[in-house]
Amino acid sequence: MDEIQKRLLQEVADLHEVPEGAYNIRANSQSAGRRSTANIEITSKEDVSGLEIRIRPGTKHESVHIPVVMTESGLKEVVYNDFYIGEDSDVVIIAGCGIDNCGNQDSEHDGIHRFFVGKGAKIRYVEKHYGSGDGRGKRILNPRTEVYMEENSSMEMEMVQIKGVDDTVRDTVAELAAGASLVVRERLMTHGEQRALSTYDVQLNGKDSSADVVSRSVARDRSFQKFDAKIVGKAPCHGHTECDSIIMDEGKILAVPGLEADHVDASLFHEAAIGKIAGEQLTKLMTLGLTEAEAEEQIINGFLR
Amino acid sequence: MLELKNVSFQVDAEGAEKEIVRDVNLTIPDRKLIVVTGPNGGGKSTLARLIAGIEKPTGGRIFFGGEDITDRSVTDRAKMGIAYAFQQPVRFKGIRVVDLIRIAAGKKVTAAEACEYLSAVGLCARDYVEREVNASLSGGELKRIEIATVLARHAKLSVFDEPEAGIDLWSFRNLIDVFRNMRETIEDSSILVISHQERILNIADEIVVIREGKVEKQGPREEVYPSLGADSAEAPACDRLLRNMREEGEDA
Repeated sequence: MDEIQKRLLQEVADLHEVPEGAYNIRANSQSAGRRSTANIEITSKEDVSGLEIRIRPGTKHESVHIPVVMTESGLKEVVYNDFYIGEDSDVVIIAGCGIDNCGNQDSEHDGIHRFFVGKGAKIRYVEKHYGSGDGRGKRILNPRTEVYMEENSSMEMEMVQIKGVDDTVRDTVAELAAGASLVVRERLMTHGEQRALSTYDVQLNGKDSSADVVSRSVARDRSFQKFDAKIVGKAPCHGHTECDSIIMDEGKILAVPGLEADHVDASLFHEAAIGKIAGEQLTKLMTLGLTEAEAEEQIINGFLR
Repeated sequence: MLELKNVSFQVDAEGAEKEIVRDVNLTIPDRKLIVVTGPNGGGKSTLARLIAGIEKPTGGRIFFGGEDITDRSVTDRAKMGIAYAFQQPVRFKGIRVVDLIRIAAGKKVTAAEACEYLSAVGLCARDYVEREVNASLSGGELKRIEIATVLARHAKLSVFDEPEAGIDLWSFRNLIDVFRNMRETIEDSSILVISHQERILNIADEIVVIREGKVEKQGPREEVYPSLGADSAEAPACDRLLRNMREEGEDA
């Protein structure tokens, strides 16, 4: 791996060295390293590009890293990764994609991730997107995530895209059985002419299932964001979506709340707030000695923490 | 030393000019704790905002340490050594108590140092340093954190706008100690507190009474304080109520 690839890897997966536990590093559509462990098996798919990741039932406190880095301009790839998470396991999965495009052709990575979460399993999934490079070619990321959760399983998803990705269409669907719980924390910042669309469709099918989908975002310059979160309650369940956004410059944000209750004991909530940085927040930090620009930076950093 | 010379502040209220601060002349000397009091709506908070630079006077000049700061920004004034505690503290999302204290101190602050500022305002640092300064904190907690951020600045002039507002009785007692301590370690700095509270008035070196935008009285506490009770349009009933509650609390 070269220096740029190493830098991307650090941005998307906080990796400086080869990670502990199971991993697969994909660089410019090639595998740049892979390791399975006794409990976590990573194999290549035969029909299409992508991985199968199988986690044995009862696997505890292990992690899987599957970062992707792209530095070749004009590269376009579609990758299918399937995760089979065994019953009662407790693991952390760190994905993420970094694109450095210095050329004039668009680079695009479309990752289709499917999670089959076994009964009682608990997973934390982190997906970071990052773009760099000053070429005219766009950096495009279109992730699709499908989550199928069996009884009493839980999943926490952290989706982060702070810088440099020109175009994103994020599509997330989830189906939850009884007692399953899904927590999504999305953090997004767009600038320049960027565009980011994020759609969620969460089906709460089982009794006492719950979902909490929260997006915090900042749209600067002339960028555009659309957050479209839909939760469908088909059983006694609890669902909450929240879109909390800061708008700056000529940015535009469209929040589309969607709640559908198909059961009398479904309890669903939506909150959405879009606005510029409150003047009094800037004033407070300025009375502590920050300039207006420094105050703005502190407020945004905190907001997207 | 802070000097206000013929400072006025007008706003445009429904087409008519309204004068909130009228031709105020005021000196806040070094090594003094000054309490500004007077009826609500009299222009006290506006005066504090004019000093901090949040509002710009429509007339007159403001001098700090001999320098004309009338046209200086909020940031410049903060850097020159003016600290200002909001009457209604601002909430943030994601910014933690320790972040605010660090920004206020203008340097890296160790957990132990942050702890000092928080315990000075009666908060157990361990429970608070990592908390976000957001809506999950009560009004009283926010108010105490606000005061802690001003302590962390070690400013030449610290301005507090009604520090007692929104604070529960237990914290109030603590608050008096905070000001007493500040007064004891004042060195070359000065403190300006806007307050209605007799206990705060009691520790003042000087009292300034502002009414209808004008300085009605200014002088040593011993001179001004006795006259407050007699003609005070300012609700002494509230003070009495608070005093009674406090006494009951102390008995219990």
